[in-house]
Amino acid sequence: MALNGHQPDHDINGEDETPMKQPRSNKEMPGCLRNEPDSEAAAPAGRASSERHNSNSTTRRRLDSVKKTRPPFPWFGMDIGGTLVKLVYFEPKDITAEEEQEEVENLKSIRRYLTSNVAYGKTGIRDVHLELQDLTLCGRTGNLHFIRFPTHDLPAFLQMGRNKHFSSLHTTLCATGGGAYKFESDFRTMADLQLHKLDELDCLIRGVLYIDSVMSSGPSECYYFENPTEPDHCIQRPYPLENPYPLLLVNIGSGVSILAVYSKNNYKRVTGTSLGGGTFLGLCCLLTGCSSFEEALEMASQGESTRVDKLVRDIYGGDYERFGLPGWAVASSFGNMMSKEKRESVSKEDLARATLVTITNNIGSITRMCALNENIERVVFVGNFLRVNTLSMKLLAYAMDYWSKGQLKALFLRHEGYFGAVGALLELLHPS
Amino acid sequence: MAECGRLGRGTSSHTMDKSITLPPDEIFRNLENAKRFAIDIGGSLTKLAYYSTVQHKVAKVRSFDHSTKEAPSDKLYEISVQEEVTARLHFIKFENAYIETCLDFIKDHLVNTETKVIKATGGGAHKFKELIEKKLGLKVDKEDEMTCLIKGCNFVLKNIPHEAFVYAKHADSEFRFQTTHPDIFPYLLVNIGSGVSIVKVESEDKFERIGGSSIGGGTFWGLGALLTKTKRFDELLQLASKGQHTSVDMLVKDIYGGSYGSLGLTGDLIASSFGKSATADKEFSKEDMAKSLLHMISNDIGQLACLYAKLHNLSRVYFGGFFIRGHPGEVQALFLRHEGYLGAIGAFLKGAEEDNPNQYSWGENYAGSSGLMSISPDMNPMQRARSGTFDMLEMDRLERQLVNLPLLQDPSSYIPDSVDLSEDAPAREYWLYCFEEALDGVVKRAVASQPDMPEAAERAEKFRQKYRHKLQTLRYQPFAYGSLTVRSLLDTREHCLNEFNFPDPYSKIKQMENDIALKYYEKVVSSLEQLSWEERQFALVRGVLAGNVFDWGAKAVSDVLESDPEFGFEEAKRQLEERPWLVDSYDQWLKRVKGPPHKCALFFVDNSGVDIILGVMPFVRELLSRGTEVVLASNSGPALNDVTNGELQILTERIAAMDPVIQAGLNEDRLTLVQSGSSSPCLDLSRLDKVLAMVVRERQTDLVIIEGMGRAIHTNYYAMLSCESLKMAVIKNSWLADRLGGKLFSVVFKYEVPAEKNMCDSAALTPL
Repeated sequence: MALNGHQPDHDINGEDETPMKQPRSNKEMPGCLRNEPDSEAAAPAGRASSERHNSNSTTRRRLDSVKKTRPPFPWFGMDIGGTLVKLVYFEPKDITAEEEQEEVENLKSIRRYLTSNVAYGKTGIRDVHLELQDLTLCGRTGNLHFIRFPTHDLPAFLQMGRNKHFSSLHTTLCATGGGAYKFESDFRTMADLQLHKLDELDCLIRGVLYIDSVMSSGPSECYYFENPTEPDHCIQRPYPLENPYPLLLVNIGSGVSILAVYSKNNYKRVTGTSLGGGTFLGLCCLLTGCSSFEEALEMASQGESTRVDKLVRDIYGGDYERFGLPGWAVASSFGNMMSKEKRESVSKEDLARATLVTITNNIGSITRMCALNENIERVVFVGNFLRVNTLSMKLLAYAMDYWSKGQLKALFLRHEGYFGAVGALLELLHPS
Repeated sequence: MAECGRLGRGTSSHTMDKSITLPPDEIFRNLENAKRFAIDIGGSLTKLAYYSTVQHKVAKVRSFDHSTKEAPSDKLYEISVQEEVTARLHFIKFENAYIETCLDFIKDHLVNTETKVIKATGGGAHKFKELIEKKLGLKVDKEDEMTCLIKGCNFVLKNIPHEAFVYAKHADSEFRFQTTHPDIFPYLLVNIGSGVSIVKVESEDKFERIGGSSIGGGTFWGLGALLTKTKRFDELLQLASKGQHTSVDMLVKDIYGGSYGSLGLTGDLIASSFGKSATADKEFSKEDMAKSLLHMISNDIGQLACLYAKLHNLSRVYFGGFFIRGHPGEVQALFLRHEGYLGAIGAFLKGAEEDNPNQYSWGENYAGSSGLMSISPDMNPMQRARSGTFDMLEMDRLERQLVNLPLLQDPSSYIPDSVDLSEDAPAREYWLYCFEEALDGVVKRAVASQPDMPEAAERAEKFRQKYRHKLQTLRYQPFAYGSLTVRSLLDTREHCLNEFNFPDPYSKIKQMENDIALKYYEKVVSSLEQLSWEERQFALVRGVLAGNVFDWGAKAVSDVLESDPEFGFEEAKRQLEERPWLVDSYDQWLKRVKGPPHKCALFFVDNSGVDIILGVMPFVRELLSRGTEVVLASNSGPALNDVTNGELQILTERIAAMDPVIQAGLNEDRLTLVQSGSSSPCLDLSRLDKVLAMVVRERQTDLVIIEGMGRAIHTNYYAMLSCESLKMAVIKNSWLADRLGGKLFSVVFKYEVPAEKNMCDSAALTPL
């Protein structure tokens, strides 16, 4: 474990100082310093907070030590979920001529391969719009890339790693998510790679806090929907997540985990539900014959869920005033499908929409109860279920606002599903 | 976000089957005097409720006037069979398809129709409004569904002791029944209709819908129909019971390869429902999808219920409606045996408010109720034999209002029965066999008790069939009427006997026994008087025990008694086990009676004849002489040869005439006779006559004596009282004796002082 807090200080020359003295952009919040208290906490000689406000020389000394403990390139963070593998890759842009020379061919080719393509194989995709440029990480400046591919294509990925002699570069790869455990031996046997396994919730929270901290200009990382109850005036607005605690973090992947976060190091998993993104896609595939998330979402956007669901007004003719239930509320998801005639009259699009609405509302409902039980008003929704899924986000925003009478605020993050992978990368750079 | 309309488990009414042949007189019973109709029409099932009066025969005893010379015989009292009218609630549940047929049948049999309205509730009520009004000529009066549901729920929780149960997946019995806490409020009711409503109930009239979910029974049905092309709700449940959800669901181990240890999530936990079906190139079986769907919905409802319970700080959560078997975390999921009837019961209660049915205690009539069916039809072949899906619940209005014995240490944890036969398979097997074996004898006795009635044999035969059918049902579904216990088996037999107008098959035997025993009373008392104090104490206890050997209810004894009526009191004493007894705290008891007298003793008596007259009465006499007041509690109605309150009144008067001690006790109001409120050979201390409870409280009772196998062993053996207690019984069943580690005629003499008292004593000695 590298403890940069008490490294002996020598070798005071280094390019690393430059970015610190003259920050080039707002994005270069140095992650290593931000995470300092974390590492200090583990170090016996913890002096973090005092050092932060110290003179430049101290900072410099510390940066030097950073260089010492900085892991060699390439820098990856990986999150192997039930459905998707999320990969973040830091591409250094400040490579010196000397470094360029020293850089082994393998490393170069990986860098080129990842950065010059936006798609890998049939299913790998780089989310270019999420790329973070001019980011300073551990004293190095570069771009952070966000790549994903289906978990079932992991063997192909491993094959590629083998072909490109990935294992010759460095011995450990930081990975989180269940797949880090499930496929650990595959990594070893197929690609000769040793995984450094990390807890997914630790990574998730670390990633969320980090990405939010580096995104202080440009498109805001965190946003919400203004006027969620008025579809015509519902607008996406940036939300400054400066003082985020306490926070309910809802991670919607294949399944859902709900975490209450009280501080950087203090969080608990409140509950979870098996009705998540995997359920939406799974049911859509069965009901409509579609085969991808994008396809399912596309169908959902064209459908009408009220033909599938039984609404309060379908039963009571209008609002059920006695219990304060509005007529438009869903009384029974898929309730109309009890009738043969109605089953025959709905379209695949309607079914996809109803599935989306059902799953989303249920997540909203459980989240709202957790927020009440934990007495937390801010809810951040993350996870790849929300990717290109404005429908669900608006629904969640609406549900949170409506059923809590404006008490709860639904927040979203641009890098939806990548926080676990980011957290894994941070662990590589600054082991906690 | 939920409709409170309930979904039934029956079929949807696609086919109107009008050609059913009902045995209607076995279903819509007592229609002649029916009034106050209520109906709850759900998505697939209709529940009809009505109040009726039942005329049945009761045995009454009347003392002969011995002052006149016309005393016709040396008999103590005369027995007469009289007609008595009692109130009964009938609830019938059937598929909507039969509604028209049923309405026709009711119309044809409804004689005394002063009734003008029928209370209606349920989502289907408006749909059938015209039909009901046309067929029955009654005005349909709609009642709010949720109000009815809550009213019904309160009613069953208060009146049916084993109403609630938890579902135990891997236990010997599917269901584990809960004793209802005497104070049923507050609780959470999760009503699962096509959607889900979550209701917090705080008191009889105060409830609030605090939440709900749109994922409910309708989702299971609707989504299930789409996925499996199976139309019927029942079939979907059937499919689900055969499926494997693991082929469709993504489990934690599918993602992690094992468990997610740091969070304590086991590998088998579902991480993503339908997570494996997110592929276009694989087929999934209907069964597996139905199972996955059932899991998904059940877990979801369970989770929401748990979150609501936590938020509102409620520990009791009852699930009603669509049957789910979720196990939501920290909160215990409770189900209700009669959940299907709640709406109808509530609607009925709304209509009967002027009769104030809540001021009475009601009891489930086991003879007329069909009991809880397993949701798996494979479990009970008996069930298939029934025509159609007609389920019944009948509840008798009890003459007395029943309350807890104020001396129970912890009323909420009191369980009357010593052994739960639904969980103890060997015991269940034995007792079911035992009751079946004894059936011939019971039938014979029933016929013999009515020698002047030629059709008695026919009725007795019907009784035999009914009771045997009940026993067979219980063999397959031990949980059908709540916890299966020796008490419930005995009570069911009594209900069935009453059903066929055998109110008191032992009346003549009891009369004869009482007559004989009375003749020996003075002799027994005077021989006791001659003993030294200490000898007498022991002789009194032995007397009670020997008297208790005389019991027609116990198989081993009834054989002896029947073959040798001369079997005497002395012989009984010889049969008794010598000390040390199987359970023997006589020394402690003796030490105690050397001390100051008790203020007041409550004595639950057992059999008539030798038991009460030669065993109990001398014991009572001694207590009175010591200055202890005595309250004698006997059954309100007949059960086997147990002495009833009516009989005991007469017996006591006769004894008082011979014995100045008893006479003085009566005159000075130090000897009181009360009825227990029960008509069972066993004893449920949580359902006793309100008057008894009052007397017990007024007299500051500090000793409770419970006598006999039924009251002190089958029930109450483990009962903890807040005062001193004495349980005395002779084990007259070799199987039971064997089980308890004794032999036939082993003695249980259990004298207990409440732990609290001991604790106080020791607390005084040990400084903390």
